[in-house]
Amino acid sequence: MELIFKKLSQLSAGLLFVILAATTAVLYLSAKPAIEAFGIGFLVETRWGVEEQLLVDGTTEKLDVVESVTLDDLDDEGFIDDDEDFVTDDDEELDGSGTREVYGALVPIVGTLFSTLIAMLFSIPIAMGIAVFLSEIAASSIAKPVGVAIELLASIPSIIYGMWGLFYFGPFIAGIFGGNTVSLLVAGLVLAIMVIPFMAALSRDAISTVPDMLKESAYAMGATKLEVIKDVVFPYAKSGIIGSIILSFGRAMGETMAVAFVIGGIYQFAGKVTDPTNSIPVVLANSFAESSGLSLSVLFYLALILFILSFIVIGVAKFYFLRRK
Amino acid sequence: MRLLMNRLFLMFSTLAALVGLFFLGWILYTLCAKGLAGLSLHVFTHDLIEGGLRNVIVGQIMMSAVATLIGIPVGIMAGIYLQEYGGNSKLTEFIRDLSDVMMSAPSIVVGTFVYAIVVIPTGHTSGWAGVLALFILMVPIIVRTTDDMLKLVPVELREAGIAIGASKYHVTMNIVIRYAKAGILTGVLLAFARVVGETAPLLYTSGSSEFWSTDLTDTFPSLTVSIYNLATMPDEEMVQLGWTGAFLLTAMVLVVNLIGRYASNEKRR
Repeated sequence: MELIFKKLSQLSAGLLFVILAATTAVLYLSAKPAIEAFGIGFLVETRWGVEEQLLVDGTTEKLDVVESVTLDDLDDEGFIDDDEDFVTDDDEELDGSGTREVYGALVPIVGTLFSTLIAMLFSIPIAMGIAVFLSEIAASSIAKPVGVAIELLASIPSIIYGMWGLFYFGPFIAGIFGGNTVSLLVAGLVLAIMVIPFMAALSRDAISTVPDMLKESAYAMGATKLEVIKDVVFPYAKSGIIGSIILSFGRAMGETMAVAFVIGGIYQFAGKVTDPTNSIPVVLANSFAESSGLSLSVLFYLALILFILSFIVIGVAKFYFLRRK
Repeated sequence: MRLLMNRLFLMFSTLAALVGLFFLGWILYTLCAKGLAGLSLHVFTHDLIEGGLRNVIVGQIMMSAVATLIGIPVGIMAGIYLQEYGGNSKLTEFIRDLSDVMMSAPSIVVGTFVYAIVVIPTGHTSGWAGVLALFILMVPIIVRTTDDMLKLVPVELREAGIAIGASKYHVTMNIVIRYAKAGILTGVLLAFARVVGETAPLLYTSGSSEFWSTDLTDTFPSLTVSIYNLATMPDEEMVQLGWTGAFLLTAMVLVVNLIGRYASNEKRR
């Protein structure tokens, strides 16, 4: 019994490692055809599901009349691909006519990064305001219920944020800034609202670890609340707060449902923030079911990129800022 | 000047808090207003095909519950390993870090993984695929809480058990786990609440179905996936049903969360 119990617990712990290793391995193997077809250039290729002519000397030339979009002319309309266009069979990859489909990840990568950055831009000041308000300003009779409410809000499923964004917030933002009801800006702001409770709760926890004694000494020397917070609380809780920001960044980056409703889901750079674009999780959510062959492998490539990106972000947060004792 | 800056800063903080709470309040208000408008007994007694939500609610709970049932022993055992057997070795630290990283991994990636290992080989979406995806998402959460809760158990209790001749197994099961029970229960409830609201990992693992089903080997009804589908339909009535589903989903998640909190407060008393 004793031995079985021990073995079982070892097995369970080992399972965690197996799952993570298997995820990486399976994603890599599934992505392999796409990795071989497009290589690392996938990361900077802007086209998605565009036919391309294979020339005799092995180089390729684009068939389409649309202008190629480079990083320098992001403002151009670029090309628009309807969702149906990139559904292909794998045998189309290299058929008799010498054309193949080209896929590139730059549009969703840029969309993911920018929507996350917009989210951080707005959520950091507001979440910090809430954290400071809860821990340093509000009386505990207010701080307690509001604190619990914030934690509960952090548990609301992300699909709710997305739905609200599509029907209410998107039109609201479009009413103010013009442009579309689905756009990079709306996606970023919905993400911001989604991560605010999460970030605020974590930052408040970090701030509450500051010993009262330190704060009291500063007050005793005549410091104002601002000075105490700026010079005592923040420096002391710095690593915890930065960790909470990075974790929120990771969360926003990998978020699917809150963004799927409001980013537009088209393969095009957002020239203005009010233009629709795409993000990696949304591409995965929208096109998985109807893909096969090379186009499916491309999606696994994207998933692998997202996995690695979030791995790095979480790793940095955990190992540099939130080291558990 | 200092005092003025101080005033401005405090006003800014309070304002930021109000702005944040305003948007969150707006979401809850919308959810209640739209969700309650479509709420009727019909929703609970009919399946999606007949304009109700019965099958998808049952399906969602069933998948989450099965995932939880498998996740509890695995998660708790792994937590026990980390605290009771692992000691302070490098391996223990490594597994602890892995678990933390997995806890924050994007849920859609878990969906793609399950798609590759279950849906592609079997050729169709299934309830088990959904269960597996939810299981992978929740195990790290249970591991983390078990780990944290067992850490709080005084080492003297363990020593006392060992001293009267109990085996490690008995000490763990009858003393350590019993001591940490309420905390672990809270962790399990929070993990359940987290996965029951997940959409992304179910999109192409369980899919969703309009019909009543309790057969996990086939495409399975999911509330969250159905909400996504309904909300993007042009038909007003469908969208309304989506809001009702969204309201019920949120209510369910919040209630489970509150029960979890209540359980951990009971313990502290």
